[in-house]
Amino acid sequence: MSEPVRRESDPRSIAGKAPRPERHVAVVVVGGGAAGVAAAVEAAEAGVEVLLVDENPVDNDTMAMDVPLYFGQRMQPSVRNRALMLERVVESNPALASAYEAGVDVQLGTCVWGAFVNGPTVQELDAPLLGLADERRSWLVGYDRLIVAAGARDVVLGFPGWERAGVMAANAAFSLLTRYRALAARRMVVVGSGSLGLRTAALALEHGVDVAAIVEIAPRVRGDAERARSLERRGVPILTSHTIREARGRVGEVESVVVVRMDDAGMPAAGSDRELACDTVCQAVGLTPSVELLALAGARLRFASALGGWVPELDEAVRTSVATVFAAGDCAGFHDAMLADPALARRQGRLAGLAVAESLGALGRRDAEGRRAKLDPEPPMQPPREVHGHWQAWLRSLIHAGGWEVNVCQCEEVTRRELVETRPPRYLAWQSPQMSARGLGTLLRDGPINQDQIKRLTRAGMGPCQSRRCREQVALLLAEATTTPVERIPLPTFRPPLRPLPLSVLWPGDEPPAMRGDWVSWFGIPTQFSPHWEAGMAMDEPTAHGRLIMSDE
Amino acid sequence: MSDRQGAAVVIIGGGVTGLSAGWWLARAGVDVLVLERGIVGWEASGRNGGGATHVYSPFGLEEQRLWPQMDELLGYPTEYQPYRIGVALTEPQLALARRWAEIGATRGFRWESLDSRQLKELVPIVGDNAIGGTYLHFGGHANPQRTVQAYAWALQDHGGRILQHTTVTGLTQRGGRVTAVETTRGTFDADTVVVAAGPQTGLFADMLGVWLPLAPARVEMIATEPIPLMSCGGVAGNGLYGRQTLRGNLVYGGGPHEWINVPDMAAPDHPNTPLVRNLARRLAELFPGAAHVRLIRAWGGIVENTPDGLPVIDRLASPGNVILATMSSVGFGLSPAVGRGVSELVLHGRCQFADLSALSLGRFAETPADWRDRAGWVSAGAPVAGAAAGDGADE
Repeated sequence: MSEPVRRESDPRSIAGKAPRPERHVAVVVVGGGAAGVAAAVEAAEAGVEVLLVDENPVDNDTMAMDVPLYFGQRMQPSVRNRALMLERVVESNPALASAYEAGVDVQLGTCVWGAFVNGPTVQELDAPLLGLADERRSWLVGYDRLIVAAGARDVVLGFPGWERAGVMAANAAFSLLTRYRALAARRMVVVGSGSLGLRTAALALEHGVDVAAIVEIAPRVRGDAERARSLERRGVPILTSHTIREARGRVGEVESVVVVRMDDAGMPAAGSDRELACDTVCQAVGLTPSVELLALAGARLRFASALGGWVPELDEAVRTSVATVFAAGDCAGFHDAMLADPALARRQGRLAGLAVAESLGALGRRDAEGRRAKLDPEPPMQPPREVHGHWQAWLRSLIHAGGWEVNVCQCEEVTRRELVETRPPRYLAWQSPQMSARGLGTLLRDGPINQDQIKRLTRAGMGPCQSRRCREQVALLLAEATTTPVERIPLPTFRPPLRPLPLSVLWPGDEPPAMRGDWVSWFGIPTQFSPHWEAGMAMDEPTAHGRLIMSDE
Repeated sequence: MSDRQGAAVVIIGGGVTGLSAGWWLARAGVDVLVLERGIVGWEASGRNGGGATHVYSPFGLEEQRLWPQMDELLGYPTEYQPYRIGVALTEPQLALARRWAEIGATRGFRWESLDSRQLKELVPIVGDNAIGGTYLHFGGHANPQRTVQAYAWALQDHGGRILQHTTVTGLTQRGGRVTAVETTRGTFDADTVVVAAGPQTGLFADMLGVWLPLAPARVEMIATEPIPLMSCGGVAGNGLYGRQTLRGNLVYGGGPHEWINVPDMAAPDHPNTPLVRNLARRLAELFPGAAHVRLIRAWGGIVENTPDGLPVIDRLASPGNVILATMSSVGFGLSPAVGRGVSELVLHGRCQFADLSALSLGRFAETPADWRDRAGWVSAGAPVAGAAAGDGADE
């Protein structure tokens, strides 16, 4: 009946302007730690083209924003020397040599800030893409398979004075000590006596940093008793049933920390405050998997407290819910045994490398099975223990010792009280009886608690550190204040860029002419903003294709 | 009467249009219930550039009258800030900025032309590439997220109700009227129904056997870390729209949209694409003095468009107790006025303060079912699903 449909694309739409990746590789591995290198080597040895990227050395300006780890301004000036840091990153990671030998294309100092995939509302991409960047520029890389081995991030909690330079966290200290050899600390108080805390203290001592004390909220040491005794023999007091009252100092630096003993009722014991001189407070309460890239790539996540929080759903072959995406190492689930034995992460990495090679047809099924069988079996280990109850005990103690007027979000200066009262930010100076009547309680009446909604209202988590310092403690605090199990608080969304990048770095130098020429105004329907008294008159020149279809012409 | 769970007015959609309408009705003492699939203002209403400068619209004068009072009227902060600056890097951009300003002048508002030196004084981060601009002594911007929540809270303060996490599954029709709204949490009786469901508004029209041509699209925005506050945060140009927030972030959107399909009532995904790089470049071109500033966040949103890009705000002839409200992707800034207009359509059958004839549904009576194909407003993926003229209703 009707004429054939004329179908020309809307010049103001993305059609015909799809981004071109700078290159396409069979496999991209993100993260050059134990799992990532093992994955890259395994895949490369099976004959697959592999690009391995690792963001280290991270530039000083980024570190100063506590990105990607909570460095707490404890970098030595030497981190500004890129060439030196590059050398150290390579030296400190002998496994990288095996990757070079296997023919892996290794790109250091390169971060991944985005993953872009087609879905119900994106159809423009020819292939899944990663956004990469170094300190100067950004580019896109297409891939057939992605292995994420992005590691884990510190879980940190606030106390009065935690904004001071010198409050940092364990994974950052580990990185500065072992990778950069550039930790600017002389005397450290370690918060947490689990495996992470004990390792941090031992490592600090090895590198000539005094350890003033290890502070632990639990009534006894949480990590290995023998390692704890060895630290005590070396003069490190371990203060159990203690928490942090405050970090003190002048001109924004940590000069001491006040610790306090908690009584049987979980309250600060009167007269037990003690001031410890130190220039660094290293939070080693726990780690949580770095799942942001997995989330952007579309992998389904689940909550598993024994694995450190939100982790990707994985099958036996460490494949995520997205058939082309795999995860290995700490980002797939962190627990103490991962810390004790890097062989666990390596094993996961090799499994990922084999799975990828097999899925690309580089290895036959039998060959892959054979190689899998040759991997060392997973050593017997204790089932990992849940961690969030312990983190909540820490948070409760810090609230009792430090109160509610403590920033939960440093970037946006949102206090615990402002968070649970869902106050608008202080700079608005807003007062009204209506606003005062609102809070978490009234929000709860309207629906389950949602961290993204609280973020919009209070701004907690909206700052330049991209909520690395507050994401977990906001969730814990919301759980605590609303007596909601923490796993019931939805994970706030991750958005690109996954690293805070200058506009000039993101700047694409290769925009197609149509991207420039057809981008005139917002959205660009010719009559969209035309005055109603001039019905039909276009605001800007309608192009030949930009005509409106109002009737059957 | 615990089992009568209805309201005089049931509003489908807790976006900025539905919430504002509900708030105006609740203020007038009307028993109103807003049904929201997810969380209030979660879609385009809370994800936009926050502009409040739409004097071209039939609602434009009321928009300008209301915004300066909104904080007080609502009792919650909207972060409304007056005035806009347009920056032009090219002659066509300058012409476009001036055209905007002239439309304002037609309606009695004042504006000034800015040369590049004046621009630089007002907006220190513009560069030598700016050739001139406009200063509008009208218009402004607000914080969309804070504003949608303010509407919702103020609506409740006046006795209105909002049910979040409640998806509408059907409309019960009897005797030429919609008598009830069926949802995942039961059926709600209604005397009047307002459909303000964004991209899904067309699906509801289908249910009623009414032709409302809508094409959904995905658009993207970016936000930088905060920089020192400029005297006027409402600065835009170079094909971008946005503002500096009161916190100091530069928040801008624009660029080529992607036409998509929204086949059902489920919340659509709104991911970003590599377009964030192009947006970053546009922003750095607009503000060379901020090229070193870091981008910390990007997001996407789904907007719906009518064939002429203009809203449909209309009371249906049949069923006669239904009002359709789609703002065709430009709804946030106009929301104070549109909500008032919709409340008048509910209460009086017509809008008393503005002539809405340009926004009537009737203008699309002859629009063919395959209009999206003909206009090229189509997804690169599956063919257009859902709405087709005249075959939407089962009854």
